[in-house]
Amino acid sequence: MEIEQSYIKIYKDFGQLIKDNSAEVMNRERDKAFARFEELGFPTTKLEDYKHTDIRSRYAIDFGMNIRRVEFPINPYSVFKCDVPGINSHLFFIVNDSFYHDPQGDTTNKEIEDLISQGVLIGSLKEHAEKQPDLVAKYYGKAANVQNDGSVAFNAAFAQDGFFLYVPKNVVIEKPIQLINVMRATTDTMANSRNLIVLEEGAKAKFLVCAHTMDACNFLSNRVTEVFVGKNASYEHYKLENTSYNMTNIGSLYVEQSEGSNVLVNEMTLHNGFTRNNICINLNGEHAEALLCGMAIGDKEELIDNTTAINHNVSHCHSKELYKYVLNDKATGVFAGRILVKQDAQKTEAYQSNKNLCATKDAHVYSKPQLEIYADDVKCSHGATTGQIDDNALFYMRSRGISEREARMLLMLAFTNDVIENISVEALKNRIHLLVEKRFRGELSKCAGCIICKE
Amino acid sequence: MLEIKNLHASINGKEILKGINLTVKPGEIHAIMGPNGSGKSTLSSVLTGNPAFQVTEGEVHFYGKNLLELSPEDRSREGVFLSFQYPVEIPGVSMVNFMRTAVNEHRKYKGLDPMSASDFLKLMREKKDLVELDNKLANRSVNEGFSGGEKKRNEIFQMAMLEPRLSILDETDSGLDIDALRIVANGVNKLKSKDNASIVITHYQRLLDYIVPDFVHVLYKGRIVKSAGKELALELEEKGYDWIKKELGE
Ligand SMILES: Nc1ncnc2c1ncn2[C@@H]1O[C@H](COP(=O)(O)OP(=O)(O)OP(=O)(O)O)[C@@H](O)[C@H]1O
Ligand SMILES: [Mg+2]
Repeated sequence: MEIEQSYIKIYKDFGQLIKDNSAEVMNRERDKAFARFEELGFPTTKLEDYKHTDIRSRYAIDFGMNIRRVEFPINPYSVFKCDVPGINSHLFFIVNDSFYHDPQGDTTNKEIEDLISQGVLIGSLKEHAEKQPDLVAKYYGKAANVQNDGSVAFNAAFAQDGFFLYVPKNVVIEKPIQLINVMRATTDTMANSRNLIVLEEGAKAKFLVCAHTMDACNFLSNRVTEVFVGKNASYEHYKLENTSYNMTNIGSLYVEQSEGSNVLVNEMTLHNGFTRNNICINLNGEHAEALLCGMAIGDKEELIDNTTAINHNVSHCHSKELYKYVLNDKATGVFAGRILVKQDAQKTEAYQSNKNLCATKDAHVYSKPQLEIYADDVKCSHGATTGQIDDNALFYMRSRGISEREARMLLMLAFTNDVIENISVEALKNRIHLLVEKRFRGELSKCAGCIICKE
Repeated sequence: MLEIKNLHASINGKEILKGINLTVKPGEIHAIMGPNGSGKSTLSSVLTGNPAFQVTEGEVHFYGKNLLELSPEDRSREGVFLSFQYPVEIPGVSMVNFMRTAVNEHRKYKGLDPMSASDFLKLMREKKDLVELDNKLANRSVNEGFSGGEKKRNEIFQMAMLEPRLSILDETDSGLDIDALRIVANGVNKLKSKDNASIVITHYQRLLDYIVPDFVHVLYKGRIVKSAGKELALELEEKGYDWIKKELGE
């Protein structure tokens, strides 16, 4: 427990400071979460769920934590211009682990005011937890897997702030809400943050999370997002990771779906040193539908792990899952997809597909699809394939004068196409197509056009 | 333009081509016939640089250049084209994107700027008409879900787009219905000039009624065992290959 000890000491020494700088609702379970972390420690490769993903050693770096909530002197609004043309999103920032308040009052512009007048709550989780403790307490920590995952327990012990969105009944937010997690520091830094998203009955929202790094330090982020999707509500969740080799991103997403709700999750890793995504979708109401997609592009010694679970807890729900990996050099991909169909979940339809392309001999994918079905009247399937670039296709293209490099690029691009097609925001979809192409061409060391990253 | 001397090639250590000699001059059409498995497609693959095959002996020159030293893409850019016996399906890569990339790489090789989008689409339209390729096919992924005949027609379309100096047509006639055969053959004839040449691999005289060869060669067990004028194709159609085997003392 050596690695854990330094963090345990921090909590013991500064626990009160952590609490003083967070909200009471977030503090209620904090000590319990910490106690659980003390018991579990960080996940080790001895655990089945972390067999190929040594997350614990990533914590071994002596990261600094910003417990006192010292503001970092940047205004991301002034340096960041999202270059997704026509994305036209409501833009928010988490700088390291804190919600960023725009001094110019960008968060209270006309459109946001209009949303607020409809009852939408949007902004810092800490502040909303202070202003609306009952509302936040109803949901906070109710979906996250604090009990079984040391890394999630760690987040619950240390996270002090994050993003909050509440969409009241039948309110539709047309524009995507974009949250950019920026890592910015002069020393190795860790950030724990927490997002909470609640959609009431019939509400609609689209959420896009981007991860960026700005400096050359080592970073680790551990972010937990809980989403509650009400009856017949519709929610889209996109995550775009485009950071640097010195970044460890641990993202846990928990989605609770009510009857008739519709959810699309699409998480794309274009570039990141070490990625672990935990995704858990609970289908709790009949006729709920979930589409879970992901794409991972890795090279050098990058590692991308998507460990997903879709739980069909009731009957008549549909889920579809599609994950694709393209790995070069010595990159490692891990996919674990568990689909659970409970005993009473008759008429379930659940389909899962994981396809991987290893462009070099040293790239590896560990794929573990897992179907657990306890109902008899269901339609379920899963399939996993890992292959190389098709030599016949490669030669065919070259025989038409297309260079080997370009041909490989076109084939890799073609491979990821169907994941990208599962983006309903047209501007974002077009942009991702372009970013992926640049990524394969090796022209994308960082996010194109993003002023933060260009530095 | 093309000079093949004593060409030997093997795959996985098994020798398939055992000393091929063939000279092709501009404006000529050569037909290659021969029983299944004699090495016709292997010859096409070797000429276009398929890395699955190893050349163990011999030389191939194309307009004086050592063809065997060039990458497959450079051979194409130099003007060698193969209409595949089995065209490859490439899901997710659109015909338009595929062709635009190919055309522009050819242009780059010649020191030309990429074609403008409108010029390119105009060229596509023109060449599609030449082989009467369905518009719908051009909007799909390369060969994906094309019927056998549609694939062959698509090969000739690509040939029309790239305007090669030497085209090798490997059983382009197989799988074509009677109308399609005429259309494809007409396409080939329209593209023919005194400066380019074709090697037509076929099993049937029928295609040679449309594309009239100057020479007919018989490839057997990795060697060209007989060469003559177009009348040889008729003789083969009538008598099969047994008499040739007999001549060889088999
Ligand atoms: N990948 C391979 N591995 C082993 N043998 C091969 C391979 N490809 C071709 N061959 C062999 O090489 C020989 C020549 O094949 P090729 O395809 O050149 O014949 P072909 O003359 O084109 O025949 P067809 O008229 O049937 O098209 C055959 O015996 C074939 O089995
Ligand atoms: Mg053949």
